[in-house]
Amino acid sequence: MMQDLKRYLRTDRFPHLWCPGCGNGIVLGCMLRAINKLALDQDHTIIVGGIGCSSRAVGYLDFDTLHTTHGRALAYATGIKLARPELNVIVVSGDGDSMAIGGNHFIHAARRNIDLTLVLFNNSIYGMTGGQYSPLTPVGKKATTAPYGTIEPTFDTAELARAAGATLVGRGTTYHTGLLTGLIAEGIQNKGFSLIEAIAACPNAFGCRNKMNNGKEMLLWQKENSVHVNRAGRLPPGELEDKIIIGRLYRREASEYTELYDKQILDSCGV
Amino acid sequence: MSRVVELARLMQGNEAVAEGALAVGVRFFAGYPITPSTEVAKIMAERLPRVGGKFIQMEDEIASVAAIIGASLTGVKSLTATSGPGFSLMQENIGFAAMAEVPCVIVNVQRSGPSTGMPTAPAQGDVMQARWGTHGDHPIIALCPSSVREAYDLTIRSVNLSEQYRVPVILLMDEVIGHLRETVVLPLSDEIEIVNRCIPQEAPADYNAYRANETGVPPIANFGTGYRYHVTGLAHDERGAPTNDPATAEDLLLRLHDKLQRNLDNIIIEDSMSLDDAEVVVLAYGATARPAKQAVKEARLRDIKAGLYRPLTLWPFPTASVERLAWQARTIIVPEMNLGQYRFEVERAVRGRAHVLGVNRVNGELIVPGEILQAILDVVQK
Repeated sequence: MMQDLKRYLRTDRFPHLWCPGCGNGIVLGCMLRAINKLALDQDHTIIVGGIGCSSRAVGYLDFDTLHTTHGRALAYATGIKLARPELNVIVVSGDGDSMAIGGNHFIHAARRNIDLTLVLFNNSIYGMTGGQYSPLTPVGKKATTAPYGTIEPTFDTAELARAAGATLVGRGTTYHTGLLTGLIAEGIQNKGFSLIEAIAACPNAFGCRNKMNNGKEMLLWQKENSVHVNRAGRLPPGELEDKIIIGRLYRREASEYTELYDKQILDSCGV
Repeated sequence: MSRVVELARLMQGNEAVAEGALAVGVRFFAGYPITPSTEVAKIMAERLPRVGGKFIQMEDEIASVAAIIGASLTGVKSLTATSGPGFSLMQENIGFAAMAEVPCVIVNVQRSGPSTGMPTAPAQGDVMQARWGTHGDHPIIALCPSSVREAYDLTIRSVNLSEQYRVPVILLMDEVIGHLRETVVLPLSDEIEIVNRCIPQEAPADYNAYRANETGVPPIANFGTGYRYHVTGLAHDERGAPTNDPATAEDLLLRLHDKLQRNLDNIIIEDSMSLDDAEVVVLAYGATARPAKQAVKEARLRDIKAGLYRPLTLWPFPTASVERLAWQARTIIVPEMNLGQYRFEVERAVRGRAHVLGVNRVNGELIVPGEILQAILDVVQK
């Protein structure tokens, strides 16, 4: 298996820049297993990233890779997918990148239901810039720009994606790697916009300020605080507070943007 | 009926931009509504699907440039159109296109600013933004038409230059030229020069995405063709791999500028009238070149040795030509619908060898020939 995955890596670009205990490598591993499982054509799969720790993943991958500007990965990916719908396009973005500066592009990519798979590496923090709070930092947690704890509520990414128009939403963690791999594969297979959120550990910028001092503690936190969606429905709402709901959270059928473009626009313009 | 009469048609400047883009092979447009550029998007939305192209209205101008860069990386000639406020938003990704060397064209139909200003009164206030709008020392080309036919020709030229040199090209229109209607005769399709990007001839294993060829430009592999390379806005080495190595970063930045500097003969386009014996030169561009031309003609009728120099390429600055003017002329008058953005650059090149003065307007109204003529008369009578 390891040998299979190695062919997707630009090993000449190693060592990578991630810290010890970082969850980004685990998410990346899940992504590559999903790509491998689906046997995606390496020459026809484009991986696009934004700015931040997680987005740097694209530089280590042996595909056509595009490391864009902060928050804009989905907009670049939209151009690629619309210009060449036959290409598989996967987007890697962090919680600050996709939910703060890139929030507008996120809701509009979801609204169009364009066939992109967004793998959202959620480590609850801006890691690269030194631990500032993001729109997904849980309320009350500390960050360098929230020394007394955050007072801002977080986005419910799944509800946001669903309301905006995404056709597949899933969430996994770096503890539940089998589940996460399966969800990413499902996202890639979904003909439409898919959000797969991956809860990832950042012990150096987030954990250490919030009583989780290393990667292992953070993985245990993910294990103990996650509830599978199939079980969540059977629990009283009080017990779900502060819990991470994981699994395939939402799926619906809808027309995909580039297919609609080809079908409706090209048909009606009379060529 | 002669061919000319047969093919003559009344056309608007923005329409000419769209027609030029379609003629040179632009097949992707992403944009966001803003006056006075909207006609370009409207025509592209209607026409692109008919030639197998794609049009998309994005959520903002930031996304518009992102989308045309993405499309261009797959090998599709791509363009967007906007006006001042949108041009400001585009700067972030224009910088990316400059750094990552992705061909694309940004049409900016200038209007009065700053900020929302006077929508949509004419201005030429984005001359410096076209040069230095995005951060860092980046290369850029900006072309500026003065007529409807020139809007058509320079759109084609913009796309060609962006393909040839892998650089974002700004087509710096203004509201007057964008909304002007003139009779034009467009060239036949076989009369149009089309330049396509240089793609790698070597096998993917031997490809270094950012190793320049003999013209200073690296051949570009289109995404999805098996070359599997990395594109980034970070400083990068010849493979495209990010680097913080000072020498590698400096080599890259210097090459980005050098690829334009060594090809200035092809990039700089200029026009002139009555320049041979001119002692007073009017240097004007865009809509302002029209009253400037009229003023020079009227001055000649009064036996004043006046001439017109008209840069169609605003950036890179035509330093050599302006230096020649400085040796020849006593005075260079620079009329602009701004407070002297290009005049300062002219003064830099002239270095005191001639007197440089401006005729400026920032009230949303055009500069008329009489104002420029008066400036010429004032100079002569001094």
